[in-house]
Amino acid sequence: MQRPLLVSVFIVASCGLAYELIAGALASYLLGDSVMQFSTVIGVYLFAMGIGSWLSKHVAGNLLVRFIQIELLVGLLGGLSAGLLFLLFTLHAGPFRFTLYGLVLLIGILVGLEIPLIMRILKREVAFKDLVAQVLTFDYIGALAVSVLFPLLLAPHLGLVRSALLFGLLNAAVAAWALWLFRAQIGVMPALRAQCVAVIGFLAISFGFAGAFVSLAEANLYNEDIVHAESSPYQRIVVTRQRDETRLYLNHNLQFSSRDEYRYHEALVHPGLAALPGARKVLVLGGGDGMAVREILKYPQVDSITLVDLDPRMTDLFSKSPLLSELNGGALNSPKLKIINADALQWLEQTPEMFDFVVADFPDPSNHSLGKLYSTAFYRLLKQHVAETGRIVVQATSPMYARESFWTVVATLEAAGWQTAPYHALVPSFGEWGYILAGRREYRPPTSIPVPTRFVTPDALPALFHFPADMARIAAEPNRLDNQNLVRVFEREWGRVQAH
Amino acid sequence: MRRRDFLTGVSATGLLAACGSKAAPPLPPGILTGANDVLGHRLRKPDFPAPTETRRTTVAIVGGGIGGLSAAWKLARSGCNDFLLLEMDAEAGGNSRAGKNEVSAHPLGAHYLPLPPREARATRQLLAELGVLRGDPDAAHPTYDEKYLCHAPQERLYTNGYWQEGLWPTLGVPQSERAQYVRFQEFIAELRQKRDGAGRRAFALPLALSSRDPKRLALDRITMRDWLLQEGYTAPGLHWLVDYACRDDYGTSAAQTSAWAGLHYFACRDGEGQVLTAPEGNAWLAHGLARATTGRVQSNALVFRVEQGRKETVCDVYLAAENRSIRIICRELIWAAPLFLIPHVFAAPRPEWLAAIKGAEYAPWIVANLTLSSAPQTRAGQPLAWDNVLHDSAALGYVVATHQQLRYAPGPTVITWYRALHEESPSHQRQRGASLRELLWGRDAWAAEVLADLSAPHPEIRELTKRIDIHRHAHAMIRPLPGRLWSGTRSSFESGRPGIQFAHADVSGLSLFEEANFRGVLAAERTLARLGVSYASSL
Repeated sequence: MQRPLLVSVFIVASCGLAYELIAGALASYLLGDSVMQFSTVIGVYLFAMGIGSWLSKHVAGNLLVRFIQIELLVGLLGGLSAGLLFLLFTLHAGPFRFTLYGLVLLIGILVGLEIPLIMRILKREVAFKDLVAQVLTFDYIGALAVSVLFPLLLAPHLGLVRSALLFGLLNAAVAAWALWLFRAQIGVMPALRAQCVAVIGFLAISFGFAGAFVSLAEANLYNEDIVHAESSPYQRIVVTRQRDETRLYLNHNLQFSSRDEYRYHEALVHPGLAALPGARKVLVLGGGDGMAVREILKYPQVDSITLVDLDPRMTDLFSKSPLLSELNGGALNSPKLKIINADALQWLEQTPEMFDFVVADFPDPSNHSLGKLYSTAFYRLLKQHVAETGRIVVQATSPMYARESFWTVVATLEAAGWQTAPYHALVPSFGEWGYILAGRREYRPPTSIPVPTRFVTPDALPALFHFPADMARIAAEPNRLDNQNLVRVFEREWGRVQAH
Repeated sequence: MRRRDFLTGVSATGLLAACGSKAAPPLPPGILTGANDVLGHRLRKPDFPAPTETRRTTVAIVGGGIGGLSAAWKLARSGCNDFLLLEMDAEAGGNSRAGKNEVSAHPLGAHYLPLPPREARATRQLLAELGVLRGDPDAAHPTYDEKYLCHAPQERLYTNGYWQEGLWPTLGVPQSERAQYVRFQEFIAELRQKRDGAGRRAFALPLALSSRDPKRLALDRITMRDWLLQEGYTAPGLHWLVDYACRDDYGTSAAQTSAWAGLHYFACRDGEGQVLTAPEGNAWLAHGLARATTGRVQSNALVFRVEQGRKETVCDVYLAAENRSIRIICRELIWAAPLFLIPHVFAAPRPEWLAAIKGAEYAPWIVANLTLSSAPQTRAGQPLAWDNVLHDSAALGYVVATHQQLRYAPGPTVITWYRALHEESPSHQRQRGASLRELLWGRDAWAAEVLADLSAPHPEIRELTKRIDIHRHAHAMIRPLPGRLWSGTRSSFESGRPGIQFAHADVSGLSLFEEANFRGVLAAERTLARLGVSYASSL
């Protein structure tokens, strides 16, 4: 009689801590700021357990029956908690925080009832000092077991939704076990038995279907809400939204986060364009999201911008979707802008046009096709389309994570006969990011930025052009079409970053 | 052996397909092209109309392949413009011709030029003239235009279900066999450096500049395969690579190729395997040479009789498009057509010529151009390269015509598939009365063969293929069989005769661009000397 109840304590304690951890983790994933979420969830949970303990004195009648009923209720609520909260969050079906803390409070109260009840049940058979010692020992051991298992095994392998269901099943199993074990004392109780079967059945079925639910939903859970997803002939375009933050992913690679893209695009455009007061014709290669165009349009003297992006779906999306065109300030609908959906290399080969400023904002050189856009041949071709006093700027991956790649692009531009001015900027979503200005003449940073900016200001400029020791120039071979060494270097460097 | 396995495989799949409930999907459309064999074969039973017109020219060049075009190029560069080039086909270019469709230009034959060694001066001069070689053409390692240098990745090999980088089989090859690769490569590296007492390379390109050390020339008496075995090279991967190289460059297996020729392939260049190529294969080189011939090429013109007089040479030429013949009288003749035609055309061929031609064999080639809706997928291993070789195939793999295009977007492409029929020889089979089997297959049989060959690495190839055009070269390359290079048979053609020079790669015995170019320029320079025109030598 005594030993089974102590085993129950162990299980019940495990489950109790598990719900607390799951709620905390879920809140951190969904709302961010994990310290805040964990402390408030744990605080509310402990407080609720206090309420439960206090309430336990009012529990009367057959304590075993009450214990079984409480277990079933904890199992049901706790088991479904993660799935319920997640659905609520993704469907925007109700006040999320209110439900979160309400659920935490409810589960906490029920869990708070469990231990006092068990102690009251056992009180009849065990001396008080032994009772307290034994029950609390198993309580803490159970807590330890879960606190170790949860981050190492459960969260990564089962995920939050299924972990919660698993613990719910354990609670319900304790109830069923108790019902069978104490059948002599409490007699046959068909209703209670039916409740047990119903709860276990429901949780088991939910667990079975959780796979589908999880793959559908937990993928989002770890990332963000997908507000747009499509596959164009060239790439997979996914736009996500998490509270007020919008992100664009191309082929699963983050292109920008609305939270800090202004840093990326201001750094891309202003150091170059602010130094070219006479610039009238600007070319943007890549950059179908229109953010670079938005920055360029700030310059009144620029009277024509040509945007060459391969994918018409990208330029369509960012000129027509209200959410996205709000981000680029409607830049893609500007009368100064001409959009050309073409392969930049082929278009440059056949166009006679000349430009004062060219922005080459291509995806990183992760394969041989993209590597061509960072080759001496491409930079020579580009030179034929840049005015004598004009300049180009190239996004050139991270000088921090892919240092040799970055300096390879610098060496490539120099081998193609450009004078370079490499610089970098911190974009929190990406880390330290690298850019290269190139022209026929030496670059001098502008003394003023004549347009409104939030990040690139005249006093901030010198620091951008200074490379600390860990990003400083290293020897690198130019990237030619016949060797494409950049693709290999880039693969090696980012492979190393991803391995961590 | 491999080929037999392959053929058994093909017939087995054919049988399976025939037994299956579903009928095989129809073949993609396409046509069969090739040298004008109907016209050419009329030389065997000449019944051409008598000439109705006589024209005079200082120099007549018979044949518009790389040899003939190179001769014309050198004459024109030296200010000698009174020449006429006679080409049997509708277009000059020989093995270096190209096709073109809405997707891309694509080769019909030769598709690349390895970076030429310093000895190939004429070829380097041509490249400099075309702006592809930059700076001093005689530099040890000149720079080349990136547009023509084969873009990375250059080559990959499909073996054991995996695309590996490079052509040396490495996947699952034991260390002991790799040690043989290293030993072979070190031996070749040493050969490249070797110079004889006269400063000549052991294996030079053009081969006429090679060392005449009897020890080296003796290599011409055994086959490449026997040489490998003699030297203790047994590694199957090494044998495969050498055999592949022989089939690729000479249209002969390693067991047929002269060891001198086999080693020449590896030791004559020092460009570290870099090649120049373009979507249209080597046609850009042919066009570069042909710029000099504008207005002086007579195409669809079959020379059916040549008679050398005391001061002049008479060529009777059948103009197929007009169904009439003309007579061309020239002071100097440059014969730049395959040498096996000589007995059929010359009124009085010299006995030493006939002796030299006896025993010459030509390798037939099949070249298939497949127009694909998109590039084939890579299931495992390295991404699509320019040259994609299949280890377990009788064919030589395929090159991608759009590889050199400056574009990064995926899209439709043309791939060119090659197969040297190294076991077949038109003349010998005919003499033995045997049928020519594969050479005479039609378009559909070849299209089916190509698809079957490519379906191992690319199961989706049939769905991707919108069109397959087959180009047949019945006499594509002279074969460097043992004894053909250094037993003296070539010398009567090498030296030429007063009034007649020979300017075909056949004179060298190796069907290589640099050899044809060298022979053409050499014939032109000798002709210029005889005409008393001053020139700066390109050799």
